[in-house]
Amino acid sequence: MDFGPHLFLASLEGAVTAAILALTAMGLSIVFGVMRVVNVAHGEFFMLGAVIAWWATSLIGGHPAIGFVMALAVAPLVVGVLAAFADKLILQKINYDPDRTIVATIGLMYIIQQTTLMTFGPDARPVQPPFNTRLPLPWFEYGDSGFAMIWPWGLSITSYKLFVIIAALAILTTLWLVITRSKIGLIMRATQLDSETAQAFGVPVDRVYMWVFGLGAGLAAVGAVLVVPIQQAHYLMGHDPLLLAFITVIIGGLGSLPGTIIAAILIGMSDGIISVFFSPTLAKIIATLVVAMVLVFRPQGLMGRSAQ
Amino acid sequence: MTDAQRSNLLHLGTIAVLAAAFFVLPIYHVGNLSRIMVLAVYAMGYNFLLGYTGLLSLGHALFFAAGMYGLGLSMELFDLSTAPALLMGLVTALTVSAVIGFLALRTSGVSFMIVTLMFAQAGYLTILYFGTYTRGDEGFVIQQSARVLFGIDLTSDSGRYFSALVLFSICFLAVAYLVQSPFGRTLIAIRENEERARMLGYNTAAHKLKAVIISGTISGLSGAGYALLFGYAGATFATVQYSIFPLLWVLLGGAGTTIGPLIGVLFMFYLIDLSSSITSAYMLIAGLVLVLLTLFAPQGLAGEIRKRVFKWLP
Repeated sequence: MDFGPHLFLASLEGAVTAAILALTAMGLSIVFGVMRVVNVAHGEFFMLGAVIAWWATSLIGGHPAIGFVMALAVAPLVVGVLAAFADKLILQKINYDPDRTIVATIGLMYIIQQTTLMTFGPDARPVQPPFNTRLPLPWFEYGDSGFAMIWPWGLSITSYKLFVIIAALAILTTLWLVITRSKIGLIMRATQLDSETAQAFGVPVDRVYMWVFGLGAGLAAVGAVLVVPIQQAHYLMGHDPLLLAFITVIIGGLGSLPGTIIAAILIGMSDGIISVFFSPTLAKIIATLVVAMVLVFRPQGLMGRSAQ
Repeated sequence: MTDAQRSNLLHLGTIAVLAAAFFVLPIYHVGNLSRIMVLAVYAMGYNFLLGYTGLLSLGHALFFAAGMYGLGLSMELFDLSTAPALLMGLVTALTVSAVIGFLALRTSGVSFMIVTLMFAQAGYLTILYFGTYTRGDEGFVIQQSARVLFGIDLTSDSGRYFSALVLFSICFLAVAYLVQSPFGRTLIAIRENEERARMLGYNTAAHKLKAVIISGTISGLSGAGYALLFGYAGATFATVQYSIFPLLWVLLGGAGTTIGPLIGVLFMFYLIDLSSSITSAYMLIAGLVLVLLTLFAPQGLAGEIRKRVFKWLP
């Protein structure tokens, strides 16, 4: 393949990464934005989503699509409810004190991870994608006979990967509409702006926090269900998404939802492109250092307001 | 007795008890205890930053690994003998913590945690990237014949135990002295209210940088000691997990107490030791302990003791 089609392919892979990352990071970002807490267990909610997807698809026989739809419905719900109860039982009791919340969620991270290890086991398990046809993609080139459309060998995307991108877009758009247009969104924004005043106006702040935490975890689970037919379900798989989601949220500016989306696209795409062209370890080192430096010299992120 | 006398008695008493333990305890626990003492040094280094300066870092594994590889690689690649290699480990940790401190201290709060976490992650990946020398995750063994310091064989039970005790005692007393000194008092002032400390005329930025360097160097010393006494250096010691361990130990034992880190390591070590004979998912215990701690004893064991019984506890 020439450089052009190769780059195109890399950016398509990057777009899939970006789509998953946007969902995961959005969960983290909403939780931080509304509740001002850092949820270190976020990666484990992601992992739980993938594991539940595996359970759902392996329990239900028949066409893989049936199990997949089940997983897409059940996993976020289960994970969200679980997270909401974790919030009620732990985080609410420590009053969302920033440092203690981090410690508690680190604890939660190990509890979820190790419980999964005890029940699900240490193996990586694949999930069948509901559909997986290979779609060849055209490339335009200026050749001897003028401008022509060619079909380079190897330039293709599976229908499932395309579905992931579209699904992520649809979910994020829905989320955007809910937050900006609905009453639920209004309550969330009121709580974010000033929780005490919101409480005074009859907003049940504790319950809002509880379900926002659940929503954040649920978004991670959706991302995981979507990614699990491409990647495999494994009890340690939450580690990388956590780090990437963190980076995304911070680069985008803590608590800024549009910033999170922009950063997810930026990071996902560059991750896809860099890992095609460079040694993955070196790419990761450079990416990690660059992000750290961005934080050091621009702590408020790309779209964030200046630090509090 | 004044409080200063009491705290001296406590520190010297702890060291005496540890020294006596070697002659009393069965050999299995002696081995454990030497490991605990080295790790307690790591926890003390961490505690200096978290407990006394109020900075929560999630990247201390980088300093631990800096000391470990500073010593390990200079012995492995340049055939240095133990004493200069130990110095190399110390210098490496000092340099790394000075650089990281300089950069990371431009941020605060959540950003500080993330930045330190990311630098540590970059450090871990760097160790993997130079796998030809560091042997990556697999790590390398430091030759038994090389592990001799001032004529003492560090591989024998007594040699290992007492050199661990010496390392522990030096750091223990140094930290105990530092936190009582005007410098340490200033750090506590920064922890309590940085703005106020600055208004009083203290150069808080310089103080915090010094605290990071001291903390990182002590952690690095522990890493070097660990590699030397147990003869192994590997990339696992640079993972996030090893940044979280000292946090766990310190919070469990009691942040901001001199004795807390030792209590935390001791408690956690035996908790994991006992539970790993039952299940392979022993980190579950660590997770449960963390959650229960934040819920019921946010000040840790020593912190609770200080609150309820001995108000003078340093």
